[in-house]
Amino acid sequence: MSVWVFILKRIIQSLPIIILVSIISFFLIRLSPVDPLAELKLNPSISKETLEHEKQRLGLDKPVYIQYVYWAKNFIKGDMGTTVTGERVSDKIKERVANTVLLSLSVLFWTWMIGIPVGVFAALNYRSAFDRFLTIFSSVGMAIPSFFFAILLLIFAQKTGWFPIGGLTSSGFYSMNIFEKMFDIMHHLFLPTLVLTTISLAGLSRQMRANLLDVLDSDYVKFARAKGLSESKVIVKHALRNAVNPLVTLLGFEFAGLLSGAALTEYVFQYPGLGRLILEAVLKSDINLVMASLMIGSFMLILGNILADILLKLTDPRVSVR
Amino acid sequence: MKRRVSKLGFIDIKNPELKQFLKDKISITALCVLVILYAAILFAEFFAVYNKDYSNRKLSYAPPSNVYFIDKEGKFTKPYTYNWKREFNKDTLSIEYKQDRSQKYYLKFFKKGFEYKFLGVIKCSRHFVSVENGGELYLLGLDINGRDNFSRLLYGGQISLTIGFLALFISFPIGLLYGGISGYLGGVADNIMMRFAEAIMSIPSFYLLIILAAILPSGMTSSQRFALITVILAFIGWAGFARVVRGMVLSIKTQDYIKAAVVCGCSKARIIIKHIIPQTSSYVIIAMALSIPSYILAESGLSFLGLGIQQPDASWGNMLKEAQEFANIIYRPWLLTPGFLIFVAVLSYNLIGDTIRDVLDPKSKIST
Repeated sequence: MSVWVFILKRIIQSLPIIILVSIISFFLIRLSPVDPLAELKLNPSISKETLEHEKQRLGLDKPVYIQYVYWAKNFIKGDMGTTVTGERVSDKIKERVANTVLLSLSVLFWTWMIGIPVGVFAALNYRSAFDRFLTIFSSVGMAIPSFFFAILLLIFAQKTGWFPIGGLTSSGFYSMNIFEKMFDIMHHLFLPTLVLTTISLAGLSRQMRANLLDVLDSDYVKFARAKGLSESKVIVKHALRNAVNPLVTLLGFEFAGLLSGAALTEYVFQYPGLGRLILEAVLKSDINLVMASLMIGSFMLILGNILADILLKLTDPRVSVR
Repeated sequence: MKRRVSKLGFIDIKNPELKQFLKDKISITALCVLVILYAAILFAEFFAVYNKDYSNRKLSYAPPSNVYFIDKEGKFTKPYTYNWKREFNKDTLSIEYKQDRSQKYYLKFFKKGFEYKFLGVIKCSRHFVSVENGGELYLLGLDINGRDNFSRLLYGGQISLTIGFLALFISFPIGLLYGGISGYLGGVADNIMMRFAEAIMSIPSFYLLIILAAILPSGMTSSQRFALITVILAFIGWAGFARVVRGMVLSIKTQDYIKAAVVCGCSKARIIIKHIIPQTSSYVIIAMALSIPSYILAESGLSFLGLGIQQPDASWGNMLKEAQEFANIIYRPWLLTPGFLIFVAVLSYNLIGDTIRDVLDPKSKIST
């Protein structure tokens, strides 16, 4: 099966899931006793026309399932309505999604850059002091609540003043040149990335270690050694390739975990991401915003899984869609 | 093989797997820590210095009381403490707490204090530690409302450490049944059921969690809220578990003894419940042990955001809420203690879970 057919099949497969997700989330939110227009009506800066448009758009005078169809139609067209403060939901989401993706990618990058070598090193020095240290470290990393760790880092940032607190950019961002801008964003990203990386690093390095230990024990590695290949060739050419494959599958899960895990971290660091957006929307009972960010979050999760599958297909040609 | 695993519940000392578990020093330590934590919350009222409603508005954010074992002459004495005195510092324009050295208050053990029901049944008023009349003992300082942090940690633990368990006992039976039915029936039913489970899994779990928590009607009693939060936590966890169970059922149902049961005329429900689900028990035990910490983390995260357990009820998550303010985390580090407790509890569960997984090793056992 060629890669393109694989991708197409994988996308078609996830369509019903997306529709189901939208149905579930739509009815979950309609179940809540909140009037979807209550907040809008209270806001004096919202005009009568906007309200009327919203009513029409949501089809509030019609039965629930028709409302769903209305909502879905508009959603596909890209019209997600307005927030309680009168902004367009789609603009707000766009900005936040980019930030969350930026954070997630930076976390994934560091997790893999650090986690893989560390896991390999631990497996090659099985039961050494380093290996034992890694086991303890990964247990600690997995156990520390993300928001608690984030708070501890906030104390650190506050006391040393080395890192900015909150947001993604400094106040003078727009007057900076391109390098200063990049540095500024990286500077702001550092602490949230550190929190999330520490937490997912534990799982990844442990998994890498276990996979490599498994592979090193297999017959073909023994055979490669018996052939007289150098140890480095055995590991890089034969063992590592097969040990990394299961991790690619994990990538999709990890992305899912990141979306969820990031919400609390974003909240503590006041990072303008999707997680914090949905949280604020929930607290303000901003129905349009909640619906839209929930859908986009799910989209991203499904997309992440598809990407991971495609990557797996590229590294391991045996994979196929059932 | 199956018999031995199922004995785990009855603690058979000769069980080789249990022996292996008991040999592992790390997991024994973790087990001891958990036993201490659970004993502390089981006898929370006995260990607590103050009752749930206690608050001393005059001493908000007072630091932990110092307990002295050595008096001014350098001699060992019975432990004693001083009360806090609130003073306004005119230079820094802040409120400071100074020790009132005029009067020593000795600690008392097993003294009568507020009345409570020991283990929920026996009326009792003895407390492990308290202080002479007129004295105040705040082992871990006070929060903004002047509530004793130490006592609240104990009461909060009652919620934080049990909610995961309760959610587990809702989500696992659902997951088992759902996965069992889906896997055994196969075909269209399987397809529809699995798509639904996948859809639930496709919503970022924390987003779903906060939305579910937010649509809870306000004005519930605290026990109603506790129950509903438990249900919500359970609702998040079952789908992934059901999918794994389904995979296992697919392989189990091809085995001969299932065919034999079909030939004997067993109903589908009976086959699923009596013959298939028990086969998954070793996986279930491991999965349950491994998922408790994630429930604890989920509850604390939710309460931390103010969507879970609400004030005045304590939970470790909502106690940490106060630690969000910069002034608090720098000048009042005792407010961070709930975070450490969550960490310790989750770490212990993880370590035990790891050992159980090593000992039972699901991969090798399920395939046999």
